[in-house]
Amino acid sequence: MAFSANQKTGQSDHSGPSAKHLAPMTLTTLQKQPWIGAAAAAVFVFAFFAYFAGSTGFLTAGGTAGWLNTAAELGIIAIPIGLLMISGEFDLSTGSVVGAASIIVAVTVTFLGQPIALGILIALAMGVLVGLFNALLVYRTRVPSFIVTLATNFIVAGTALALSRLVTGSSTLSLRDTGWAEFAFAARWNQMYISIIWWVLAAALAAWVLRATPFGNWIYATGGNKDAARRAGVPIWWVTQVLYVWTGVSAAFVGAMTAIQFNQGNAVAGQGYVFETAIAAVIGGVLLTGGFGSVFGIVCGTIIYGIISVGLFYTGWPTDWAQTFIGALLVIAVLANNAIRNAAMQSKKGKS
Amino acid sequence: MAQQPLLTLKSVSKSYSGVQALSDVSIETFAGEVHCLLGDNGAGKSTLIKTMSGVVHPTSGDIMWEGQPVTLDSPKEAQELGIGTVHQDVGLIPMMSVARNFFLANEPTRGWGPFKRIDMSQANGVSIDAIRAMGISRDIDPDQVVGTMSGGEKQAIAIARAVHFGAKFLILGEPTAALGVHESEVVINLIERTKQRGTGILLITHNPTHALAVGDRFTVLTQGRVVDQFKRGERDQIMDLMAGGRRLAAAE
Ligand SMILES: Nc1ncnc2c1ncn2[C@@H]1O[C@H](COP(=O)(O)OP(=O)(O)OP(=O)(O)O)[C@@H](O)[C@H]1O
Ligand SMILES: [Mg+2]
Repeated sequence: MAFSANQKTGQSDHSGPSAKHLAPMTLTTLQKQPWIGAAAAAVFVFAFFAYFAGSTGFLTAGGTAGWLNTAAELGIIAIPIGLLMISGEFDLSTGSVVGAASIIVAVTVTFLGQPIALGILIALAMGVLVGLFNALLVYRTRVPSFIVTLATNFIVAGTALALSRLVTGSSTLSLRDTGWAEFAFAARWNQMYISIIWWVLAAALAAWVLRATPFGNWIYATGGNKDAARRAGVPIWWVTQVLYVWTGVSAAFVGAMTAIQFNQGNAVAGQGYVFETAIAAVIGGVLLTGGFGSVFGIVCGTIIYGIISVGLFYTGWPTDWAQTFIGALLVIAVLANNAIRNAAMQSKKGKS
Repeated sequence: MAQQPLLTLKSVSKSYSGVQALSDVSIETFAGEVHCLLGDNGAGKSTLIKTMSGVVHPTSGDIMWEGQPVTLDSPKEAQELGIGTVHQDVGLIPMMSVARNFFLANEPTRGWGPFKRIDMSQANGVSIDAIRAMGISRDIDPDQVVGTMSGGEKQAIAIARAVHFGAKFLILGEPTAALGVHESEVVINLIERTKQRGTGILLITHNPTHALAVGDRFTVLTQGRVVDQFKRGERDQIMDLMAGGRRLAAAE
C-alpha cells in the first residue's frame, strides 16, 4: 500500500539513534508505531477469509472490489473521525450529514434544475456549517462531545428529512445525468469505484498532516493532555474547529458521492456511519481517551471492517454474525490500546 | 551596588472573595540564585506563583521585572518577558515523544507553503542537546515516549524546554513532591545546574532538606504572610527553617 511506505519514511527521519531498538517488537515499539497491531489484525482477518471463502469468491476481483468499496466510503469519514478522537473528541453527527448532503445534491439538480457543481458546493458548505456548529457547541459548552454531537445528529437528520418532505414530498429523490460528476465520483473499473482513490488521497493528506506538520503535533497534544497543551501554547480552539469542519466536509463529500453512485438522494441514508467510523478508528489503534493513534492504523481498521462485512457473505455463513465479529474485535482493540497506554503512563524507574 | 533583582514583588496581597490568600508579601529574586518558598498547606504558595506567572492579579501591591513595574495579564505575557513555570505535573504529554514534547507549539519547520513540515532531525538534535546540558547522563532517545521516563528526566525535559525558549526566571512548583530519594537528588542537581547557567529560580517545596541543598534565599509563608525571610548562611540550622513558620504562628 502506497502510504505504508510513507509512514515508514516519516519514521526513518528520526530513527537514527533508535535503530538499535528495531529488532524486538516490544510495548515501546507499539507506543511509537500505533498501527502495528491494526496492520497485523488486518493481515489476520484477510488470511482468515482467504482461507474460508477463498474458493467461493472472496479473492476474485468482485470480492476484492466489494470490501475495498465498503472500506473506501467508510474510510473517508473514519479518517477525520480518528483524528478527532486522537484530539480527544467524538463526532456522532456524521450519519445525518451524509443523508443531508445526498438529498441536497438531488434536490439542487433534479428539483431545482441547477448544475451538479452547485449541488455539491451547497452540500459541502452544509458540512462546513455542521462542523463549525459542533466545534462551537463542544468548545463553548464544555459538555462532552459525545452527547453534543449526538444532539446535532438528530437535529440535522430531522431537518433534512422534514425539509426534503416539505419541498419534494418524499425523503428520496432520483439523480440522473450528472455529467462530469459521474466520472469524478462514480467511475468504476472492475467493479472498483473511484471512491477508493479519494480514500487513498484523504489518507495520504491526513497522514501527512498528523505525522509531519506542527498541526499534527497539536492534535496529539490536545488529546494527550489538554491543560498541558494549552499551557504550552497550543491553540486548542483552532485544532477543535479544523477537525470538526474536516469531519463535516468529509461526511458531506461521501453523501454527495454516494448520491451520484446510486443515482438517488436519500435524506435518511448514512446513519450506519455514526458508529462504524468510530469503531474502525478504535480497531485501528486510536485510543478512546485521545492522544494516541495513526492514520495508517485507521486505514487498517477500516479495511478490517470492510473485509469482515463483505467476507462473511462469501463464506456462505449467515451474515448476521458480522456484528458479533466486529463487536468482539472492538473489545480486543480497546483492551490492547489501553494496555499500550497504561504502559506508557508508567515510568520505568522512579515514581512520578 | 549589588546586582539588579530579576522579579520582585512589593507588598503583594491577594484575596479571594473573603479569603485572604496573601497579605503584604514582598520577595526579591536574582539571576543565578535559587529563592526557596516554604510553607504549610494553604499558606499561599500556589497563589504566590500564580501572581508571578500571570495567572491571577494581585488585589494590591506591585510586581517589578528587571527593575521596571509590570502588570502580568496572562501566562503568555509572563512567558514573553522570560518568566517560565514548570508545574509539579511537568506539563508534558505522556504519549508523545521527547522531541515532540520539547518543541510543542514551537515546532521548527522546513520546506515551503503547503509542504512545510516539522524538521524532525533538528527537533531531535536540539532537544537532546538541551536535555544533556541539564546533566542527564543516560543516552536519551528523542523518540522515546515521555510517559515512560523517570520523574527526574521529565523535570529535566520541562526545565530544559523552559530555558531553551527564553526563561530567565523559572518558577518550579514542588518538583520533588512526588519523587523518591534518588529522583529528588536528580532534580536537585538539575536546579543547581540551571542556577549555575544564570537562570533565576523560585523553588516551591515542602521539604526543608531540599531547600537547604540549593537555596540562596528563603521565604517562609504562613497563612499568607511572610513570617521569615533570610539568606543562605544567615541561619545554620535546618530545624530553624522547619520550625520557623510554625513557631512564629504559635507565638501570635
Ligand atoms: N480560587 C480560590 N478561591 C478561593 N480561595 C482560594 C482560591 N485559591 C486558593 N484559595 C485559598 O487561599 C489560601 C492559600 O491557598 P494556596 O493554594 O495558595 O496554598 P498553598 O500554599 O499552595 O497550599 P498547598 O501546599 O496545599 O498547595 C487557602 O486558604 C485557599 O483555600
Ligand atoms: Mg499549592
